Amino acid sequence: MSETSHSAAELGASTEGFQPRIVAFFCNWCTYTASDLAGVSRLQYAPNARIIRVMCSGRLDPQFVLVALRQGADGVLIGGCHPGDCHYQEGNYKCLRRYELLRRLLGQMGIEPQRVRLEWISASEGDRVREAINEMTEQLRRLGPLRLASIPTPHRHEVLSPVKRAGRPVLAKAE
Amino acid sequence: MAKPKVGFYWCASCGGCEEAVVDLAEAVLDVVQVVDIAFWPCATDFKRSDVEAMADGEMAACFVNGAIRSSEQQEMADLCRRKSQLLVAFGSCSHTGGVPGMANMYTRQAILEAVYTDGEFSTVNAEKAFPSAHVSRPEGQLELPTLDESVKALDQVVVVDYYLPGCPPPVKLIVEAVTAIVEGKLPPRGSVLAPDVAQCRDCPRIDSKPEEAFIKQFVRPHQIHIDPEKCFLAQGLLCLGPATRSGCDHACIKGNMPCTGCLGPLSRATDYGAAAMSAIASLVGSNDARQIGAIMDQIADPAGTFYRYSLPASQLFRRLEPAANGGQQR
Amino acid sequence: MIRQHPQVRIGVYVCHCGTNIAGTVDVMELTAFAATLPNVALAREYRYMCSDPGQELLKRDIREHHLERIVVAACSPNLHEKTFRKAAEDAGLNPFLVQMANIREHVAWVTADRELALAKAKAQVAAAVRRVVGHEPLERKFVSITPRVMVVGGGIAGIQAALTLGDSGKEVILVEREPTIGGHMAMFDKTFPTLDCAACILTPKMTAVKDHPKIRLLSLSEVAEVSGSVGNYHVKVRRKARYISEERCVGCMKCIEECVFRSPKFPNAFDQGLGLRKPVYMPFPQAVPPVPVIDAETCLWLKSGKCKQTCVTACGERNAIDFQQQDWYEEFDVGAIIVATGFRAFDPTPMRFYGYGQFPQVYSALEVERLLNAAGPTQGKVVLRDGSVPKRVGIVHCIGSRDHNYHPYCSRVCCMYSLKLAHLIKEKTGAEVTNFYIDIRAPGKAFEEFFERVQQEGVRFIRGKVGDVRPGPPDENGQPQGLVVQVDDTLRGRVTKVPVDMLVLAVALEPAEGADAVRRMFNMSCSTEGFFLEKHPKLAPVNTVNDGVFLAGACQGPKDIPDTVAQADAAAAQALALIDCARIPLEPNTAWVEAELCSGCKTCIPLCPYSAISRDPEKGVAVIDESLCKGCGTCVAACPSGAAQQHLFTDAQIYDEIEGILSYV
Repeated sequence: MSETSHSAAELGASTEGFQPRIVAFFCNWCTYTASDLAGVSRLQYAPNARIIRVMCSGRLDPQFVLVALRQGADGVLIGGCHPGDCHYQEGNYKCLRRYELLRRLLGQMGIEPQRVRLEWISASEGDRVREAINEMTEQLRRLGPLRLASIPTPHRHEVLSPVKRAGRPVLAKAE
Repeated sequence: MAKPKVGFYWCASCGGCEEAVVDLAEAVLDVVQVVDIAFWPCATDFKRSDVEAMADGEMAACFVNGAIRSSEQQEMADLCRRKSQLLVAFGSCSHTGGVPGMANMYTRQAILEAVYTDGEFSTVNAEKAFPSAHVSRPEGQLELPTLDESVKALDQVVVVDYYLPGCPPPVKLIVEAVTAIVEGKLPPRGSVLAPDVAQCRDCPRIDSKPEEAFIKQFVRPHQIHIDPEKCFLAQGLLCLGPATRSGCDHACIKGNMPCTGCLGPLSRATDYGAAAMSAIASLVGSNDARQIGAIMDQIADPAGTFYRYSLPASQLFRRLEPAANGGQQR
Repeated sequence: MIRQHPQVRIGVYVCHCGTNIAGTVDVMELTAFAATLPNVALAREYRYMCSDPGQELLKRDIREHHLERIVVAACSPNLHEKTFRKAAEDAGLNPFLVQMANIREHVAWVTADRELALAKAKAQVAAAVRRVVGHEPLERKFVSITPRVMVVGGGIAGIQAALTLGDSGKEVILVEREPTIGGHMAMFDKTFPTLDCAACILTPKMTAVKDHPKIRLLSLSEVAEVSGSVGNYHVKVRRKARYISEERCVGCMKCIEECVFRSPKFPNAFDQGLGLRKPVYMPFPQAVPPVPVIDAETCLWLKSGKCKQTCVTACGERNAIDFQQQDWYEEFDVGAIIVATGFRAFDPTPMRFYGYGQFPQVYSALEVERLLNAAGPTQGKVVLRDGSVPKRVGIVHCIGSRDHNYHPYCSRVCCMYSLKLAHLIKEKTGAEVTNFYIDIRAPGKAFEEFFERVQQEGVRFIRGKVGDVRPGPPDENGQPQGLVVQVDDTLRGRVTKVPVDMLVLAVALEPAEGADAVRRMFNMSCSTEGFFLEKHPKLAPVNTVNDGVFLAGACQGPKDIPDTVAQADAAAAQALALIDCARIPLEPNTAWVEAELCSGCKTCIPLCPYSAISRDPEKGVAVIDESLCKGCGTCVAACPSGAAQQHLFTDAQIYDEIEGILSYV
């Protein structure tokens, strides 16, 4: 274990204190596989990241990041293949473009840059998964909970709930 | 049969929405033929007590424009809601928070200080007066409305039945909405009364939009001679048409100005600004982190650009840890 | 903000995985939690969900309890998603109504604290439960397969794979970048531990490749571009100019004899530069194809346009020499690809203290292989660069291997080839041979016996790292005699100096030159050291993450010849199994566009790396060709209208997952 990493005991075992919640969007081919490898290698790391698998970091929509923060995540970690290594050729670059704009916006909105993080982690880098999650957990712990101003209770008719409609094939599909 | 009663009210708004009603021009006569205007303080001398005197649900519909920022606006929104069968959020401010919503980049205190004490603005305030709910004057005690911490969209304070988006709503959409109300041919409650398809559909410039990741730089309208026929994005101008509802007949675009997004998000978007950012950022023509960053830096004010009309309705709602420096990047 | 969904009946299955999960995660508590989640009709725990009884349990419940959705909280979906989809399908449920929650690799195995592990497991289960509600039944699509295989690399791995496939009647395209196939094995004299002659076992295979009716050999060729996907790859191959027509040449070698250079003058790369060749040459006599090659760098005519072209005269009527030849491209459609691009021997030059490149007596192992080879530069005689026969030879193990400054891994073959070299050098020269080793690793079949045999032959072994190599003491003429090796003898516990005449460095095996470009071209992953990564180290050792691309030989990691041949046959079998299917099912995670919602803003079109999206000129909307879509979802994330969606990863499903993962724990 490297000197900069933290043992799980240091990070997780204390029942008191703030446990940040990280939503981690990992691409199937590199970072998700790397976290499988971290598991197979029994690398112990902070249990604060909850992993959502997408096929490619290119699937990462900035809306997912904001919705995750709104719904209680203290941070969002995005994991993709290294530049040039995308399983789908260039999806990670598209993720990078969105991330570069999103993080500028988040800065303007008063959200600390450590809360939304993009990491390139290849399938063989299980230790990088551990390091990234440990490091981010530690940073978020120092920052404390993300206290977004609560949105006044929405007075919306059900039909308008956009989350509900997003991506539901509401119309008959061709064929 | 008595004509249905309708009301118009304004909250935190610029008056442009009222102008839009006036812009109905001759069509306003058609409207008046089929409805009775029961409440329109901007144009006629109605008092709050007139509305309070109505039976609940007496108005068939009330069109409320402007965002909600003060206790008075909250009370009026509640009142209008109670007295009308249909409450319509009229214009961007009541729909998604609008331009006043950008005040959510600042704290209430910072705004008041800037206006009343810091002298940043031209207000003459020799007495150093500062807003307060209770004011004593020789003539007597005054109870004044208070300013809320944040700007809200109408549906963040009352149930809204329909939304007429736009800054201001396009005349065509207003006429269609009124007609639909009168004829009882309304879509399900909660609907936005504008086409649920983005500006690019039928945009006269769409054929000149390149089919590649083409954005190499962002410029602002005053920096270039704008080609009147070419896709704005292809000219480096941030046009939010791809993420914005249509229904305005491309008014700005035809006036050689890029879409700034007043008609708001498509129904499937959870966050207007983030959806627009994703579409536009994806088309930046570089794979190099530093170069991408440099291009993004050319967008002077991402929050003000992508949430010009919708910050209160966004997922973030307002700036976190409100700071006196407002939207400045630290 | 928890959204209501129409009522569906979900079954949740929490797997103990023996103690793998249950040892850390309180599976009872997790199951009880799952039972409280909305729409969960039934929650169970079971010792091994992937076992037959586990699957039977799931199938029975689907039938008896009319379950409409299944969540299995177990290992990674990369391991058993197929298993549970299949089980659901067997019970009459659409397989895509199954979702896994990874509580083994992502929770139990990485979390020490039981309470926090339980919390994380709950979140992952809640996310799966929430998401699976919005799953839709999907249909698999099939694509037909081109029954042809490309093998990239013509070393022993590529040769073996090509022959196995060819013998089974499949068409094979074998691509080799050098002028001849044979790879590293062709350079060796003998192979360990049996000491059979490398040429005797390899050259018949090389000839078999040449003569095989099903194998097309492309030597001096490199893959330039790969497109398509499993079952239907399209590969563009760059054919480099040989300047001698393979069709017309009969291999008489007259051109070499008659070259204006009367004697060989240029270092022959195949001999590691120890032997010389002419501008027109054969790398070694048994080269396949048995056609000389002209080196444009050294050929007078190609270099300067001034030469008598005696080779052309020598070739005469056969007219095989073609100075007009230029590189050209050929394209191939193949259903599967076997990557067998081998390794590169570590260059010990940077390790200054071993004196490689400074003292002529220091050799890399591969150079000594050539010296020992009867067809090599010295006709098999072990002589130093000054022509003398060494009397004392040192062999240093682990050069560049097991060394954190170079390669931390063990190269697996060096101990054994060092023993082989020790034996052969001793046999040929009678020299006193000393091995400097850290550990002897001889775990293969008959390896330990060989080690013992070499010890009995009188080869010396000193356990320790060599710290320094210096010139020996001067002789009567003041010239240094040989070298002195300074070693920390860890068994005796003292620093020892050993004089030698020749020092052999047992160099590491590292990824072949250009491996990274090859990896990217074939869309594979690699381990940190740069060897190509297998899909699963145990369950899919010759597969890669890119379906239809298989691995054979040392490109996947250092290995010896028996392992390489076995792996080559395994890769051939996998490729065969694939192309024999005639058609294969595709994952249904493709994207589609709801035409009515699409504004035709063209944002998605340039984002697709497969050109699967186009704009319908009449309707003015985007259309995705599902047969081209590979399912990355990049277009979906960029669509500002929410018109583009991806099966299994719709916006709604991902929002559900976000909500589920945060709503309960």
